[in-house]
Amino acid sequence: MSDTQKDMILKTVGLAKRYGGVHALEDANFELKAGEHVAIVGDNGAGKSTFVRQITGVEQPSAGEIYFDGEKVEFKSPIEARDCGIETVFQNLALADDLDVPSNLFLGREERYFNLGPFSILNERKMLAHAQDALRTTGVKIPDLRNKIRNMSGGQRQCVAISRAASFASKLIIMDEPTAALGVQETAQVENIIRTLKSRGIPLILISHNLRQVFDLVDRIWVFRRGRIVGAVDRSKTDGNEIVSLITGVKAAVDAPDFA
Amino acid sequence: MTEVANPTKTSEALPVRRNRPAEINVLIGLLVIAIVFEILGWLVQGQSFLANGERLRIMILQVSVVGIIAIGVTQVIITGGIDLSSGSVVGATAMIAMSFAQVSTYPRAVFPGLTDLPVVVPIAIGLGCGLLAGLINGLLIAYTRIPPFIATLGMMVTARGIAKWYTKGQPVSFPTDSYAAIGAGMTPVLIFIAMAILFQLILRYTIYGRHTYAIGSNEQAARVSGINVERHLILVYVIAGVLAGLAGVVLSARGLTAQSGMGVMYELDAIAMAVIGGTSLAGGRGSIVGTTLGMLIFGVIISGFTFLRIDAYYQEMLKGLIIVGAVVLDVYRQRYRGRS
Repeated sequence: MSDTQKDMILKTVGLAKRYGGVHALEDANFELKAGEHVAIVGDNGAGKSTFVRQITGVEQPSAGEIYFDGEKVEFKSPIEARDCGIETVFQNLALADDLDVPSNLFLGREERYFNLGPFSILNERKMLAHAQDALRTTGVKIPDLRNKIRNMSGGQRQCVAISRAASFASKLIIMDEPTAALGVQETAQVENIIRTLKSRGIPLILISHNLRQVFDLVDRIWVFRRGRIVGAVDRSKTDGNEIVSLITGVKAAVDAPDFA
Repeated sequence: MTEVANPTKTSEALPVRRNRPAEINVLIGLLVIAIVFEILGWLVQGQSFLANGERLRIMILQVSVVGIIAIGVTQVIITGGIDLSSGSVVGATAMIAMSFAQVSTYPRAVFPGLTDLPVVVPIAIGLGCGLLAGLINGLLIAYTRIPPFIATLGMMVTARGIAKWYTKGQPVSFPTDSYAAIGAGMTPVLIFIAMAILFQLILRYTIYGRHTYAIGSNEQAARVSGINVERHLILVYVIAGVLAGLAGVVLSARGLTAQSGMGVMYELDAIAMAVIGGTSLAGGRGSIVGTTLGMLIFGVIISGFTFLRIDAYYQEMLKGLIIVGAVVLDVYRQRYRGRS
């Protein structure tokens, strides 16, 4: 393996997904370097979410290969991807409304006193302490962690979801439209968390429709159109017009990475 | 409860908003109903309703068997499911367990060669039958993705059929003394209390409990968080089945006989107890403490009507009203608890 591939966190080669006759994703060659924050943009149905579902193990690709952290991977479930250090913040807030913050942070990987299978007793003290740490690290302020998610604002919920990902993700965080349903100030708060992640050197894939946000936050922008990657451009070398042209197809594909 | 958080406020500015536990409201309801009967008692009957140990004893004995079922049904409802089969499972397990608990002096025993067995045999068979029914419910719901309503409705009809087919409609009677002891005196109440405490603690303090609430809250979230939702649902329905089997054993032991019609409509009473006790039919919320209070409300109303010498027909009608009323209350609570 060459040196350039060593600091490659994620790489896909010829990734494709077909649902019956529908080609949702075709020949996707994607790259993410260590510490890099990238955005995936594109119209509805461009294949962004399909792409994410393949690399997070929610679905299995029809063709192509995925290399994560230098090794070829075939995730059979989101759990496998998570165990490898990939955390995903899903579009529809994967939180259990009737549970409190620590329970949500540790959902599916609860701290326990002794292992009695499903009847293991929860170590709530440890989970609460970890939750406080996790929220402090991401700069999220929530007055009462034992409060149920149901009683929280959209911004607080999203911050909990992102803190969960951020506190467990060791190698990669993927966020699917994290601010789509949020107000201005809450969006700012989420963006601050993303900047914290950048300073901690955790790579991020951000799916967003908000170009202002994309230009503010990421190093590199990947444009999807009709199931294909039509461009990968450095933020500093492009502008909103070029991105919009790529998204809408006014401008044909630019040379992207394997490419560089 | 009615205030809706303004989503544009920053999180720091949001007030801490914690709802009063639903159980407190149920407890208040129980006390109000009991006091109403107490007052009516003095007005109509010229005596106290509550200050009567025998009445309270009978009251709690009457509801405790359904209470045992309700403990399982509560867990099923918390996952967002429903179990309509529990009453029929009670009937079937009562028949089957009793047939292995008969004395040899009874000439018409179902299995004349299998009489005077140690008491663990009929108990194990009864619980096993409940487990099997719950396992079938759980497998159907988890893997065929048919709605719990349909799966357990099928089990309700099938188990009732089994109860009737088992002895071609004949009752099964004359259990051994040790089997009869399970239902004697206040033993059913003690069994209920033991199960209630056990499952309240399990729901509150174990991973099983946390995942049960998580699945009812947001099944998709539970799934992507790594919870094996299918396996968990099977476990929940198995536990509900075993508790229904236990209720069948207790009921037949108490009656000293098992009939195929035992436990008819118990599933609805159990669901009503859970819902009155604050368990949400939408899933995610509820507790055994709440269900126990719901059970006591049920008991107080039935006992109160008998005390006031109100016709049994009215009792049934009122029971229907209570069930509908509890569900309306649940819908109302959901609508006014803010978002989602």
